[in-house]
Amino acid sequence: MGQDTTTCQPITSSLWRDPRLYQIVSLSTLLLYGLLFLHLDVSLWQIIVTLGTAQLTQYAATRYVNLPSFDPKSALISSLSLCLLLRTNDLVVAALASFIAIGSKFVIRWNNKHIFNPTNLTLVVVLAGDLGWISPGQWGQAVWFWFFAACLGSLVVTRAARADVTLAFLTFYIGLLVVRTWWLGDPLTIPLHQIESGTLLIFAFFMISDPKTTPDSRSGRILFAFMVSLTALYIQFGFFKPNAPLWGLILCSPVVPLIDRLWPGIRYDWSRPTVGHSSVPVHLTPSFHAQRRFS
Amino acid sequence: MSPVLVPLFTFVLSLPLWSGDASAFCGFYVGKADTKLFNKASEVVIARHDSKTVITMANDFKGNAKEFAMVVPVPTVLEQDQIHIGDSAVLKHLADYSAPRLVEHFDPNPCQMMYPESRVMDMVAKSAEPPINRGRDKALGVTVETQYTVGEYDILLLSATESQGLETWLTENGYRIPKGASGVLHSYLKQNMKFFVAKVNLTEQAKLGFAHLRPLQIAFESPKFMLPIRLGTVNADGAQELFIYTLTTQGRVETTNYRTVRLPEAHEIPLYVKDRFGDFYRDLFTRQVKRESERGVFLEYAWDMNWCDPCAANPLSAEELRSLGVFWQDNSKMVERGRPFMPQAQNVFLTRLHVRYDATHFPEDLIFQETPDRSNFQARYILRHPWTGTEDCPTATAYRKQVRDRYEREAQALANLTGWNIGEIRKAMNLASLPMSDDRKWYQRLWEN
Repeated sequence: MGQDTTTCQPITSSLWRDPRLYQIVSLSTLLLYGLLFLHLDVSLWQIIVTLGTAQLTQYAATRYVNLPSFDPKSALISSLSLCLLLRTNDLVVAALASFIAIGSKFVIRWNNKHIFNPTNLTLVVVLAGDLGWISPGQWGQAVWFWFFAACLGSLVVTRAARADVTLAFLTFYIGLLVVRTWWLGDPLTIPLHQIESGTLLIFAFFMISDPKTTPDSRSGRILFAFMVSLTALYIQFGFFKPNAPLWGLILCSPVVPLIDRLWPGIRYDWSRPTVGHSSVPVHLTPSFHAQRRFS
Repeated sequence: MSPVLVPLFTFVLSLPLWSGDASAFCGFYVGKADTKLFNKASEVVIARHDSKTVITMANDFKGNAKEFAMVVPVPTVLEQDQIHIGDSAVLKHLADYSAPRLVEHFDPNPCQMMYPESRVMDMVAKSAEPPINRGRDKALGVTVETQYTVGEYDILLLSATESQGLETWLTENGYRIPKGASGVLHSYLKQNMKFFVAKVNLTEQAKLGFAHLRPLQIAFESPKFMLPIRLGTVNADGAQELFIYTLTTQGRVETTNYRTVRLPEAHEIPLYVKDRFGDFYRDLFTRQVKRESERGVFLEYAWDMNWCDPCAANPLSAEELRSLGVFWQDNSKMVERGRPFMPQAQNVFLTRLHVRYDATHFPEDLIFQETPDRSNFQARYILRHPWTGTEDCPTATAYRKQVRDRYEREAQALANLTGWNIGEIRKAMNLASLPMSDDRKWYQRLWEN
């Protein structure tokens, strides 16, 4: 008995230190809320197909590249995000989206990191191919929802040690919106309305904060957040395209390897959340481990 | 009476394609809810493909024609041939075709049929007329880019370097600009918008002999897919109604900065609503607006223009669609087919949105996106007539017991949808006179006195 306890303790604590568990809880709660109270246009079958395909793809890829173990968490996060954002009437598209999201992590890589956030890449591909759509306005503007998502999101990013990129993005994005409002002479209710969007929060808290696709160093991440917000606003007000932050992130993601070269930091490991400072005590990841980590 | 400032408008953007399934709904059309149910309503039709946009604007202005004026922000200076006069009748046809509808089912004789085969009749409820934004203050203007007389309208296109000048111009020309409008004008000017100003030319109107004001149409190219509503909210006393019909190639249109909500549909409601369908629909809509905290945009109809089921009105002909700005169809092919009766539209998807807006809940202009969603939607409500035969059989006895329970469910559905008093509904349905179903608790039946 006692032996069991001592054996299990480190495993349990390391499990709960993984920020992805909090992300899964947050995203599942958001999805349930959306289904029950907002009547999102997503069918139960779409959810099953999306989640199922993601796990199958993850499993197949795990076997294909000989990863030491099958880890369903990252695939679950990507597929939950897809359920929250992607709308389609075709289950084949839902399956394809999951396949692209998980497959891209194993295929599009640079220096042992994936370049694109899997959900972001998938959404852009599906939008560009006119296979589905995103309804950015469907979340409504209820203030309490804002807080709700913000609190859950904060929890996630704090645990994931990537609060900096979220806060930097929101600061730049909202700041630039306010500057535009001031230039136009509009009331502040307009930028407030523009940011009171659940989709924006999901983007900021669950997508741009992905530690596997953001720069390793804090200064790099802040620069990255600035680039993404600037690009997003340009697309929003220059090209009048909806879902501009998604396009901003996808356009800026290829710059991450360059930023990492200019401002190197500690590579992120899910089991050892760090902010990327070398001054912060971290457990250096063995090179074998880093190369093998695809999640 | 002061001139009325009617600020409305639309632009466009975006694109996906798709083919959706069409769910069959057999039945007969019975009636519809009219757009005239709503006060202060305007209608806008936006036909858009790629960035090319044609906007038809109509309103329910009822005052003296000389008091009418309309100020619409537009993205570009419009040449005379980009301005056109539309046909109110076509707009009305479009409104009727897409109106919320009432459907009738008739229960079959339970003694003769194992499975009820309902006959369905549909009534379409017409919804209200297009909303108009009204300004109340006078103003004076700046640079008159162009000036045309089109039909019964005198049209000016104004540009300005600063809002003060524009406001002055409008004031000096007899437009009443509401307090607070200059801020909105300033914002539009900064966004490089021009102003389309229309007044009625009384001489032309008399010559043409039209009693009502016909819809104005403008055609332009712009990546913006939006409808400027802000000017209309500046001075509005209370909320305004706006019906937006979009004609696109790909699929359903929705707002990206406000929640687009499907109205509740396919509910069975009491039979007496047939004579009060207008009231029913208006109250249902009001209740839905409140449920969405007055911030929702409501989907009333989304359908491929090729067909309808049940039809509140026939689909619009290719010619009618063309008059509403559908420029992407090749009419010659349809004529060649030699089907003069109702040639079918090949590639037009209609979305009908209904919004009740004011400045507090709609601080920003409406911004739209076209989705690849081609699934059909119609605001449809069902009247289910019971079988009234006198034949007796065990199934009929059971059926008659169920009918009263069904009536009660319908009463509750009606109360829930409209907020009407449940007691009054039951009274109107005359539920008390119906044979009671045995709704006592099990213990009441056990120890009945």
